Amino acid sequence: MITTETEGKLSWFIACKTEDVPVNGGVCVKYEDRQIALFHFARRGAWYATQNECPHRNQMALSRGMIGSLDTEPKVACPFHKKTFSLETGECLNGDDYQIKTYPVKVMNGLVYIGVDGE
Amino acid sequence: MMKIVIIGNGMVGFKFCEKLVAKAPKDSFEITVFGEEIRPAYDRVHLSEFFSGKTADDLTLAPADWYAANDIQLYLGDPVKEIDREQKKVYSIRGLSVSYDILVLATGSSAFVPPIPGVEKNGVFIYRTIEDLEMMRDWAKKTKKGAVIGGGLLGLEAAKAMIDLGITDTHVIEFAPRLMPRQIDEAGSVILKNKLESLGLKILTNTNTTAIQGEDSIKSMLFADQSSIDVDMLVISAGIKPRDELAKQAGLETGSRGGIVVNEQMQTNDKSIFAIGECALYKGMIYGLVAPGYEMAEVVADHLVGGQKTFHGFDMSTKLKLIGVDVASFGDPFVAAGDGRTVVLEDTMKGIYKRINISTDGKYLLGGILIGDADAYNMLLQTAKNKVILPPNPEDMILGARGGESSGGDSVSALPDDAIICSCESVTKENICKSVTENNCESVDEIKKCTKAGTGCGGCVPMVKDLMLHTMAANGKYVRNVICEHFHYSRQELFDLVKINQLKSYDEVLDTFGKNDGCEICKPVVSSILASLWNELILDKGNAAAQDSNDRFLANIQKGGTYSVVPRIPGGEITPDKLIVIGQVAKEYHLYTKITGGQRIDLFGAHLSDLPAIWKKLIEAGFESGHAYGKALRTVKSCVGSTWCRFGLHDSVSFAIQIEERYRGLRAPHKIKSGVSGCIRECAEARSKDFGIIATEKGWNLYVCGNGGSKPQHALLFATDLDSETCIRYIDRFLMFYIKTADPLMRTAPWLNKMEGGITYLQNVIINDSLGIVAELEREMQLLVDSYKCEWKEVVDNPELQKKFSHFVNAPEEKDPSVKFEAMREQKKVADWK
Ligand code: SRM
Ligand SMILES: Cc1cc2nc3c(=O)[nH]c(=O)nc-3n(C[C@H](O)[C@H](O)[C@H](O)COP(=O)(O)OP(=O)(O)OC[C@H]3O[C@@H](n4cnc5c(N)ncnc54)[C@H](O)[C@@H]3O)c2cc1C
Ligand code: SF4
Ligand code: FES
Repeated sequence: MITTETEGKLSWFIACKTEDVPVNGGVCVKYEDRQIALFHFARRGAWYATQNECPHRNQMALSRGMIGSLDTEPKVACPFHKKTFSLETGECLNGDDYQIKTYPVKVMNGLVYIGVDGE
Repeated sequence: MMKIVIIGNGMVGFKFCEKLVAKAPKDSFEITVFGEEIRPAYDRVHLSEFFSGKTADDLTLAPADWYAANDIQLYLGDPVKEIDREQKKVYSIRGLSVSYDILVLATGSSAFVPPIPGVEKNGVFIYRTIEDLEMMRDWAKKTKKGAVIGGGLLGLEAAKAMIDLGITDTHVIEFAPRLMPRQIDEAGSVILKNKLESLGLKILTNTNTTAIQGEDSIKSMLFADQSSIDVDMLVISAGIKPRDELAKQAGLETGSRGGIVVNEQMQTNDKSIFAIGECALYKGMIYGLVAPGYEMAEVVADHLVGGQKTFHGFDMSTKLKLIGVDVASFGDPFVAAGDGRTVVLEDTMKGIYKRINISTDGKYLLGGILIGDADAYNMLLQTAKNKVILPPNPEDMILGARGGESSGGDSVSALPDDAIICSCESVTKENICKSVTENNCESVDEIKKCTKAGTGCGGCVPMVKDLMLHTMAANGKYVRNVICEHFHYSRQELFDLVKINQLKSYDEVLDTFGKNDGCEICKPVVSSILASLWNELILDKGNAAAQDSNDRFLANIQKGGTYSVVPRIPGGEITPDKLIVIGQVAKEYHLYTKITGGQRIDLFGAHLSDLPAIWKKLIEAGFESGHAYGKALRTVKSCVGSTWCRFGLHDSVSFAIQIEERYRGLRAPHKIKSGVSGCIRECAEARSKDFGIIATEKGWNLYVCGNGGSKPQHALLFATDLDSETCIRYIDRFLMFYIKTADPLMRTAPWLNKMEGGITYLQNVIINDSLGIVAELEREMQLLVDSYKCEWKEVVDNPELQKKFSHFVNAPEEKDPSVKFEAMREQKKVADWK
C-alpha cells in the first residue's frame, strides 16, 4: 500500500505508522525497488531515513543497526562490522570513504512520510 | 662463520641464545645447543606453579620452532659427555660430535644432596626440574606426612608445594638455628616461623638429620638428638651444587666448593670457553638467581659481537614467592652496628617485621628485611640500588607516612631515569616511560611486549604499573577505564549503580548516569548489565532497540543478512526424534545444517520473517533457545562418561545437562562456555572452557578461566574432589563474581589475567569468602536461575513481538530480495560478498 504525494521535486510517500517503528530504533521500508532504513530518534524527537544498504559489504542491514551519537552527530552503526554513518549527512564516521544516501522524513497525523527524488 | 656451541638449555642458556640472535646479524654465527632435559628451556623460577595448574607448555620460554626459526640447532635429551679442548670439539651421549670456535657452558646447578644414609630410598625427592615435580605429584597421592630438608628460600618454596599437593602435615627441617639464615636476621626469622606455622607447617630448626629410615621407601627420619618423625615423602632442598663436572674433566679451573671459575668477561681459564649462570664462579661466589645469570648472558653475547661489557657481581636481593607470607631481603640486610644505623618495626600480633639499614650519615639506604608486608620492596630496593638520597625521616619508608603526604607516584618519580626497574631483563625506568610516551603502551601487557620488563620473575610488575599510570597521568592521558563517551564509568561501577538504583531500561540508565544519546558500544553493555541483574525478557521495556542486532532478533546475523538458528542441545545429548524434527524444519525452510564445534546443530540461512515459524516448530518438539546470539552461556560440552565409557568415573553427561540447564540464558560480559569430562583423559576439552569440570575418583575437579579462540589458555585448577553440590555452589559464585566485575567483552581468561593476585585471590574470594560476598553472589545467581524463561518461547507465544521479525515494515510478507544463495554439496551457501 503505497501512496505518493508530490511537493517540489520530491515525492513523499507514506512509509508506515509512527508506532510501527521502535522507539530509538529502525525499520526497513520498501519503496519500489529501493530499500530505505527509517529511524525514530525519539531522544531528539527526530526522524531520519537513509539507504538500507551498508556500503562496506553491500549488506541490506542498516535498519537493523543501533543508533546513537558521536559528540552531537546522530549516527547508525551497521550490525555487521559496526561501521557508523551520520544520519544527518550520510558520511561514514570511521574515516572510511563511504557515503550513504539520506532522505527527508516528516510525520503527520501519526503517519511517517519519506521524501524521495525522481532518480 | 663462527661456530658457537652452548651446553645447557636452561634459563640462562636460553637467554643467551635470545640475546645473541638479537644482537648478531643473521648468518654471523652457527649456533648449536645441547640440552640434557627433554624439553626446551622453561621457567624454573615459576616451577612451583606446575602444582597450581600450569603445564610444562605454559612454562616453556620458547617452543622448539623458535630455535628452528632462528637457525639454532637444538639437541634435547642429549647431554654433552666430553669436551676435547685440543680439537675444540664436544661429544654427546648419543654420539654426536660438534666442533666449536666458542664454547659456552650454561649447565646450571643441581640440588645439593647431603650424604645422609638412606637418601636413595623411594619417596625422597629433589626440587629442580619438571620431571622432579611430576614424580612428586605421583608420589604425593599416597602420602600423608611430608618433610623438607632445608629452611632456605627453595626449601620454603618446596614446603609450600607440599601443602599445595595436599600434604598438610609437613615438617621443615633446618640445620641452622633459624630460617633463611642467609637472607634474614634472628628477629625476622622468628616472625616468619610463626607465620609459616599458622599455614600449618611444622618448623624444626637446629636439627640435623642423621638417617632416612624405611625398607625400600622412606618411613621415618632420625635426628642427631635421637628423636625421629614419621614421614612418607621427603624433599631435599639443602642448597645447590654447580654442575661443573664436565668442566673439571676437561681440566678447566673450578672452585674447591664447586663452580667454574670465570673472570669478569665470564671467560674460563681457556680463552675460548665461557661459563654463565648458576655453574659460574665469579670472585668466589655462585649466583643462584636468574637476574645475575641473565646479566652474565648479556656480557658474553655482547663480547661476541665486539662489545666491552663486563660483570661486576650482582645484587642478591630477593622476594620470596610464598603465598600468604611476604618475605623480602635486599641490599645488605645485616649491616653491623659500626657501619650504619638500623630502624626496626616489629608487630608480633600482625606478624610484621621490617628492618632498614641506613648509612651512618643518614643519606643512603644500605639494605633491609621485610616480613609479613613487603609492598615497599621494589621501592626500597630501587632506593638502595640507585643511591637515592633519603628524606629527613627515612623511617617513614617502612612506617608509612604519618600525616605528611607521600604518594606512590611521587616515590616512583623520585627514581633516576637509569634506575633498573626490571633486573631480569635490565629495563630502566626511562625505557618504561618511553614505551608509554613514544610507543603509546597503555597496559602492562603492552609494556611487557614492548620492553620485556616484567617477563622474568615478575617481581617488578607492580612498579611497572605504577610507572605506567604515573607517566600516563603526567602526559594528560586518561587512565580511567570508562565504557565510552556516554558513560564515564567502568562496567563494574555502572553495574553497581544500576543495581542500587533499580534501573530497568536502557533509557533510564542513560538519563540517570549517561549523557547524549548512547551508541553501539554502551547499548549492548547496559543491556547485558540489565539482563544479568534482572533477567527480564530482553525485548521488553523498550530495550529491544538497545540490543546488539543479534540479541534484538534472537539469532546470529549471517553474511547476506539471513540468520542462524541454534537450538539448545544440553550436553550434546539428543534423541532420534528431535534429530528428525531438526531435519524436517531444515528441509521445510531450506536451511543449511552443520554440526557446530559446540556439540550441537546450527541451521543457517533463515529469513528474518521465517524465524518465529521455525522456532514455533522447534519449541513444539521440545527445543528451546540455544542463546548462540547472546553474550550468554553457550554450551556445556560433555564426553559420554561412565554410562558407556570403560574409563568413565562419573556420569559426565548428566552433570553437563544439569549445569547447562542451570545457567542457560545467563547474560554476562562475554559468552561463557563449559565442559564436563568423565575422567582425566578429558575428551570434553573442559580445560579450554571458562569453567571446566573433570571427574576424579572422589568427585569433581573444577578448573576456571580457560579459553579457546585466538589466544588459547588452559583453565587453572581451582578446587579438587568436590561433590556435585559444592561444585555448583562454587560455579554460582564464580560466574556471578565474573559477571559483576569484568570489563565489557572480556572472557574469563583475560579477566583472571588482569586480576591482581590471580587464581589465589580468586580462590580466596570464592572459596574462603575473603570479601564476605559469597552469600550475596549465591542469592543473585539463584534469582537468575529461578527467573529463566526461553526467549523464543515468549516470542512464539506473543503476536506483538512476532511482528518485529519482518524485513519490510510496509510489506511484512515479503522477504529481502537482495538475499542470494548458491548450491554447494547438496546444500546451499550464501553468495559471496565483494
Ligand atoms: C557455529 C560455530 C562454528 C561452527 O560451525 O562450529 C561458531 C560460529 C561463530 N563464532 Fe565461534 N563458533 C563456534 C564455536 C566456537 C568455538 C568452539 C567451542 O565452543 O567449543 C570457539 C573456541 C572456544 C572459545 O570460545 O573459547 C569459538 C570461538 C569464537 C570466538 C573467539 C572467542 C575468544 O574468546 O577468543 C569468536 C569471536 C567473539 O566471540 O568475539 C567467535 C564468534 C563466532 C561468531 C558468532 C562470529 C559472529 O559474530 O558472527 C560465529 C557465528 C556464526 C553464526 O552465524 O552462527 N567464536 N567459537 C560454533 C558454534 C558453537 C555452538 O554450538 O554454539
Ligand atoms: C623451585 C625453584 C625456584 C626458584 N625461584 C627463583 C626465584 O624466585 N628467583 C630467582 O632469581 N631464581 C630462582 N630460582 C633459581 C633459578 O631457577 C636459577 O637461577 C636459574 O634457572 C639458573 O639458570 P641456569 O641456566 O644457570 O641453570 P638451569 O636453569 O638449571 O639450566 C641448566 C641446564 O643445563 C643442563 N645441563 C647440565 N649439564 C649438561 C650437559 N652436560 N649437557 C647438556 N645439558 C646440561 C641441565 O639439565 C639444565 O637443563 C629457582 C629455582 C628453583 C629450582
Ligand atoms: S572461526 Fe571465524 S569464520 Fe569460523 S565460524 Fe568462527 S568466527 Fe566464523
Ligand atoms: S557490511 Fe556494514 S559494516 Fe561491514
